[in-house]
Amino acid sequence: MRAKEIFKNYLFVLPAVLIFSIFYIYPFYKVFTLSLCQWDGIARFDFAKNFIGLRNFVELFQDKIWWSAMLQAGYITLIALTFQNALALMLALACDRDIKGGNIYRVIFYLPPVLSEVVVGLVWRWIYDGNYGLLNYWLQQIGLSNLVTDWLSNPKTALTCVAVIHCWKGFGWGFIIFLAGLQTIPRQLYEAAKVDGASSWQLFKNVTIPLMIPVFILVSILTVLGTMQVFVLILSMTGGGPGYHTEVPVTRILASMVGSSRFGYACSQGIMFGAVLLAVSFIQIKLSKYMKQA
Amino acid sequence: MKCEYRKFCLFFMLSLATVLLTTFLTNCSPQTQKKDQPVSIKIWHWMSDREDAFLELARVYEAGTGVKVDFELYAPSDAYTQKIRAAAQTNTLPDIFGILGEKRDFASFVNSDYVYDLTGEMNKDNAAWKDKLFAKALAVNEFEEGNTFGVKPGIYGAPIDVTNIQMLYNKDLLQAAGLDPSNPPKTFSELMEASRKLKEKGIQGLVSGWGEIWMIDCLASNYAFNIMGKDKVLATIRGDVPYTDPDWVKVFDLFREMRDEGFLASGIVTMVNKTAEQLFANNRAAFAFNGSWCVNVYKGMNPGLNYGAMLPPRVSDQYPMMIWGGAGSSFIVNKQSKNIQGAVDFLKWITDAEQQAYLSKETQNLPSNKDSLKDIPAVLSQFAGAMDNTTHPSVWGVSEFPVVIEALDKGIQSIIIGEKTPVQLGAEVQAIKEREMAKKQ
Repeated sequence: MRAKEIFKNYLFVLPAVLIFSIFYIYPFYKVFTLSLCQWDGIARFDFAKNFIGLRNFVELFQDKIWWSAMLQAGYITLIALTFQNALALMLALACDRDIKGGNIYRVIFYLPPVLSEVVVGLVWRWIYDGNYGLLNYWLQQIGLSNLVTDWLSNPKTALTCVAVIHCWKGFGWGFIIFLAGLQTIPRQLYEAAKVDGASSWQLFKNVTIPLMIPVFILVSILTVLGTMQVFVLILSMTGGGPGYHTEVPVTRILASMVGSSRFGYACSQGIMFGAVLLAVSFIQIKLSKYMKQA
Repeated sequence: MKCEYRKFCLFFMLSLATVLLTTFLTNCSPQTQKKDQPVSIKIWHWMSDREDAFLELARVYEAGTGVKVDFELYAPSDAYTQKIRAAAQTNTLPDIFGILGEKRDFASFVNSDYVYDLTGEMNKDNAAWKDKLFAKALAVNEFEEGNTFGVKPGIYGAPIDVTNIQMLYNKDLLQAAGLDPSNPPKTFSELMEASRKLKEKGIQGLVSGWGEIWMIDCLASNYAFNIMGKDKVLATIRGDVPYTDPDWVKVFDLFREMRDEGFLASGIVTMVNKTAEQLFANNRAAFAFNGSWCVNVYKGMNPGLNYGAMLPPRVSDQYPMMIWGGAGSSFIVNKQSKNIQGAVDFLKWITDAEQQAYLSKETQNLPSNKDSLKDIPAVLSQFAGAMDNTTHPSVWGVSEFPVVIEALDKGIQSIIIGEKTPVQLGAEVQAIKEREMAKKQ
């Protein structure tokens, strides 16, 4: 009877286990296996013949371009974590109040995230264009001709330009989540604090922030994971150039896989990238728990 | 009641698991053609600009032979590249397909038994099929005796068009700058002189898709062939001549000179070819570096564009200026296909003079059949006239490490943006080359 019961329980979870195994466990296992091999993605795969041990990982640790791509993704992430989320929070705070046409603002702020990333990249590429771009045109119109430059071909500005557009494209997600979080805070808390004579800043500092910490954690983790994997915008705006100045981990993985036909190396890059993201997320969660307790 | 509920749950769970497994296994199994199905040929390609012409040819072929031809378009080319690789692993390649990539990738497909050897078919009836195609186009699909890829010598693909990459000049803009449009610059110093005159008139010099780095590689190797000759370029690839050699530094220095003279369009290092084509087609740059496919593109963008094609102006008279060219697109027959003969027959038919003339007229590409060169536009004739000067990494018999090519191309971008000097680039590329060679040993 007991065995039958156990068998039945396992049977219930079987579909989920099957789906998870086929679409998650097996691909991960395959990627890990490939990361230990030298394979071009075309020849018939033979593990024994292609196995090279940890050589891909050793090479990866010495690959300066890979680590600078990682740093560049980190730079974009830092800008997203600060400016993008600050903007999202400010707008969410503004929309949380009973302002006229609140719903219109919500729709407008949420528009960039629903636009196609390729389209956004191409449109902004045109705006940034050094010859015929709108940005340079307006700078000249307002007498700031000294600022006119080739925004995406200038190594000093290219990465920041991409980061700014990534923030513009992504702040809507944060805005929606922050707004949802703000609306779960009981109004009575604000009213009670106001009765006690709390100022707007004190309300924000002592009521809003503590109650929003779980939301901040969620948004920051999503921002880190989403931004580190930025890819489509880069591809449509700069293609990783000029030189290696806007390369990010995913463009490097693509270059290894498609450009060099090095599937094994690309898989080791994928594993390494996943491990870094996992480590960053883990640190974030630990930090957040510490902040909550504090 | 409870027992019935349990039975229902058990039945439901088992059914679900069966459906999932069946779906998965069905999708994983190789596609097979049922015996009672009519004869058909499946072709995968990435050429979105030729889709309509292909469909029309398929219709004509079916009307004439009863054989249905299914052209399946998978674009963009990156997605197509991944698709055929994945299909190769699952034995689901179609009867005919094309390979995008370097010769190394092509060789890997051949060595893995995915490609049918067309040599016998090409040589049948006193090489009737082979003789009607441009030799330079066939060479791209050919592996010679003693090739470094370990491929059995032979012809493994049929070219369906021919292409080459040259410089284009806008006649109206040259005239506006006081230059003779019927006599475009022939030497590099003349080109720089023209650049100064264009600059004085506020006309932009050269546009090209150098954000897609292979086009930089293309122009750099054109000048390498012109400055040091084929043997030295190939010796460099074999590792016998370093990239720090003064001739290579001279090649890199040309890009510095073009930058310093203000010849390169603003933003050229991140410019995609589509943007470059738009700028040139709209009279916003006097020169472009582009392939013969541009004739069709420019026609679509600005039918009245007044332009001509020329070889990149030479630096040295010691060696000829060589340009990249040969087969534009090729089709190969799947060795695992159940309809190899049908596929070969179709390839013979599509490379016949009549079909090639039709394709050339509809798509403004150079035909691969020598007899179809009549009635092509004047600019296309200029491209055709330069076929004797074409070469391609696919016919060199040796191939450079992809990471070295990337370092060289990205390095030239760095020279253009003023980050590196030609000497620094030579040293950097050579260091990467030595590292890769050491790994190979």
